[in-house]
Amino acid sequence: MTYLHNIGAYFLMTIEMFRKPTKWSVMKQLVLKDIDDLIIGSLGIAAFISFFVGGVITIQTALNIDNPLIPDYLVGYATRQSIILEFAPTFMSIIMAGKVGSFITSSIGTMRVTEQIDALEVMGINSLNYLVFPKFAALLLYPFVISIAMFLGILGGMAACVYGGFSTLESYIYGIQDDFVVFHVVYAFIKTLVFAFILATVPSFHGYYMKGGALEVGKASTTSFVWTSVVIIVINYFLTQMLLS
Amino acid sequence: MIVVDNLHKSFGDTTILKGINTTFEKGKTNLIIGQSGSGKTVFLKCLLGLFNYEKGAIAYDGQVFAQLSEDEKRNIRAQIGMVFQGSALFDSMTIAENVMFPLKMFTKQSKSEMNDRVDAALNRVNLIDAHHKMPSEASGGMQKRVAIARAIVNNPKYLFCDEPNSGLDPKTSIVIDNLIQEITDEYQMTTVINSHDMNSVMEIGEKIVFLKNGLKEWEGSNKTIFKTDNEAVTDFVYSSNLFKKVRRMYIEENE
Repeated sequence: MTYLHNIGAYFLMTIEMFRKPTKWSVMKQLVLKDIDDLIIGSLGIAAFISFFVGGVITIQTALNIDNPLIPDYLVGYATRQSIILEFAPTFMSIIMAGKVGSFITSSIGTMRVTEQIDALEVMGINSLNYLVFPKFAALLLYPFVISIAMFLGILGGMAACVYGGFSTLESYIYGIQDDFVVFHVVYAFIKTLVFAFILATVPSFHGYYMKGGALEVGKASTTSFVWTSVVIIVINYFLTQMLLS
Repeated sequence: MIVVDNLHKSFGDTTILKGINTTFEKGKTNLIIGQSGSGKTVFLKCLLGLFNYEKGAIAYDGQVFAQLSEDEKRNIRAQIGMVFQGSALFDSMTIAENVMFPLKMFTKQSKSEMNDRVDAALNRVNLIDAHHKMPSEASGGMQKRVAIARAIVNNPKYLFCDEPNSGLDPKTSIVIDNLIQEITDEYQMTTVINSHDMNSVMEIGEKIVFLKNGLKEWEGSNKTIFKTDNEAVTDFVYSSNLFKKVRRMYIEENE
């Protein structure tokens, strides 16, 4: 029953965040601040993780297809497919659920605990629009982070492949170009946009509706990470079924 | 003036407010007092529109809040200033930005006009060189003064304060009390203060509403509270020996 109530409350929250919009001059500043916090602030960790995970995917692929009948360029092909289809959009989003999601939950939760949200409501401001909408707007740039993750993942794979002696640069580049399907990138960006919405709203929900004090803010951040990850994994399954099968 | 008529509020099966009737007058400091759990905070949140109530009415200068359209409700809210117990200053903004916030949200003033208003509000609460400080760099008393400046910067008609003295030393508490009373008189606002502080009751209680178990048990002023025979009020207000002596002396002096 609590789950049903929470799901209903979540959908009502997502509707409410588009109503009674905040003045554009104020909203513009909030969106820019959230772009800085959520997008620019995530580039470093996204780049670092993508580069090294790309390298690991390449090494593992190369070690598992050590057969003279399988061409070398398949290492590049497999790395590209893994990174574009799953690693960059899905697993990067789960990592972001930890970084961006817990930041959103704890910042909104702290505002709830310290009555800052009540202060907004008393002034007649739609606090959901003021707090959640800028995060949603900022995360519309999330595909930018994912495209960098895709690029650096493939680059990391190339570095590991060439410097690890698994195949030649030419063969890796041939592999990443072989049988390229543009729709796979479109599919990845569709997923990314859906995950961006989840990353903005699920952690906001957990922060906005939390009750208690500082300890509960910490608990809400953990719960938010778990639920954001669960929702991303489930939606990923259904989107893949709908778009690729 | 705020008129409260037969206000009822429940949470599930628990009834918190059981039919409160009272009037909060313009230009006066109106205090709501009562023991923990008496319904003070719920009452204040109903007055602020943060809680919906099941029965009764609250009228702001003749406008019954529940009967207003959303735009009219927003207009009423824009005329409300609120000082929260923990000040509720926005962490990510400087003190000047906190005070400027209601102006940015609700007026179309130029930047220089807003700066002038912020300077005036901060001067009024005796904070002159604190514009660029962050709330975390300010003391508890300073934060309360910033909260008061933010509450009055838009010239509100109604000022609500939730335990404005909590966590402050007695001297700073008196400064804050006097500041609220002076501002109420100067701006001719309807001020409602939720308080536990007996010094505030004696110092600025021009009208006092005493709640007990969700009902108005007594109402009067800081003058009449000395003479009341209401046992619940005397038990609560004169619970310390010091206040018992003060009361005895007051009655003896005035006999």
